Amino acid sequence: MQDLGISVLFQGKNFIRLLDGLWITVRISLISVAISLVLGIVLGIIMTKENPVIKVITRIYLEFVRIIPQLVLLFLVYFGVTKAFDIHLSGEISAIIVFSVWGTAEMGDLVRGALLSIPKHQYESGKAIGLTGMQVFGYIIIPQTVRRLVPLAINLITRMIKTTSLIALIGVVEVVKVGQQIIEASRLTVPSAALWIYGVIFFMYFIVCYPISLLAVKLEKAWKD
Amino acid sequence: MKKIKKLVLLLLSFTILTAAFAGCASNAENGANKSKDAAAKNAETENKANGTARTLDEIKESGKIVIGVFSDKKPFGYVDENGEFQGYDVYFGNRIAKDLGVEVEYVPVEAASRVEYLLTAKVDIIIANFTVTEERAEQVDFALPYMKVALGVVSPEDALITAPEELNNKTLIVSKGTTAETYFTANYPDVKLLKFDQYSEAYAALLDGRGAAFSTDNTEVLAWAIENPGFQVGIESLGNTDTIAPAVQKGNTELLDWLNDEIVALGEENFFHTNYEETLRPVYGEMADADSLVVEGGVVE
Repeated sequence: MQDLGISVLFQGKNFIRLLDGLWITVRISLISVAISLVLGIVLGIIMTKENPVIKVITRIYLEFVRIIPQLVLLFLVYFGVTKAFDIHLSGEISAIIVFSVWGTAEMGDLVRGALLSIPKHQYESGKAIGLTGMQVFGYIIIPQTVRRLVPLAINLITRMIKTTSLIALIGVVEVVKVGQQIIEASRLTVPSAALWIYGVIFFMYFIVCYPISLLAVKLEKAWKD
Repeated sequence: MKKIKKLVLLLLSFTILTAAFAGCASNAENGANKSKDAAAKNAETENKANGTARTLDEIKESGKIVIGVFSDKKPFGYVDENGEFQGYDVYFGNRIAKDLGVEVEYVPVEAASRVEYLLTAKVDIIIANFTVTEERAEQVDFALPYMKVALGVVSPEDALITAPEELNNKTLIVSKGTTAETYFTANYPDVKLLKFDQYSEAYAALLDGRGAAFSTDNTEVLAWAIENPGFQVGIESLGNTDTIAPAVQKGNTELLDWLNDEIVALGEENFFHTNYEETLRPVYGEMADADSLVVEGGVVE
């Protein structure tokens, strides 16, 4: 038998372990994405309000989350919360908190941008034909906003999924970390394992992210009048 | 009118920001404050505020000890193809659990976060190839050593690095948070460092030729060079010979004393030589001498 790197994948439970790792990646990112989408839409609507206090607070929140690297946020929540309040959060919970906080901020800003990009005359025309404020939102503004939002949101979601590889640093063994463990354990016997394992991980990410992209294309086509 | 409103808004946001930063800063000061008269008082409040480590009794009562180990550093701490933790550190960890009469749970840690895991009491003991340094000893309590190492530098055979001076103005690959990083930063500032979080990334970088050499503990580079033809350890021992020891949270004297007694007791049965034969010999083969790595009973000759 030739010494093929791919054989590493089928030694022991390696492939199952990779799938387990992928499931953790998918679980954490999808929960965070769901929370971020809901809270982000609410935040985005709030951000368009003209109230100066709200503006300042949301602005500070957004800038803080945007400026601080995700890794620092992870350490702050995982280790910092324990230091400050003596509360032990598991690595997974910490990850979900951080990714939701980050995702909500980014999503909020996207929603705000999309809402503001709707020209003023759309609101005014709606009012002119006698629609109430809610009706203007429901029939005119939201459908247009969502259409502008989809490509941006998809971008954010796939970015969130890929950034979860950072959580290995707070002890959560997700798919990339499993891959590295396999590579390290077999690097002395099968040095070419790295390429193969990373290749498999690439396909795993692709399988997770591609359907989301497909959905976006479909939605955009369906709404293209 | 509008201008005044804007100005007020700007001032308001600045006040909030500075308040937030001041809060952070005073927190940080509290954590780092080690002035003499305040030290005792601080230690007390710190202990309450931080996650406090479990005592020996609490560990025994819970029936489980939590040990932080590497999960990707063969042959010291790694996960085999069945998902089981293995290696020199793990062999020792298993013995600790057995002698305590408890189960063992291994937590995978990274080089850069080992201290934090202890500070926040997320693990009871760290046995992750943890080199004893003065800097770290201020933050954690080290038990007696069970291994010794120096730095080694591995480089391609056709451009072999045999002295650290040869690295000036070249790129050296290191892992974040390791002794190699601090040593080269302090002693050879002209060496450009390329830093990685994970060992696997660092080795990949070396194989790709993104650096002239890679430096970390000599045990590690020796093992790697044996398996990777074309690469050789040009500098086998650099810097001081360091010791490697288990670490517990600062102030957890009970567990520390137990560990020290355990290491002395294990020395009498030459436990760490057995450990070497079981876990390290298959990797190093005849290249390395057990006595040059293993420390028995916590005594470094």
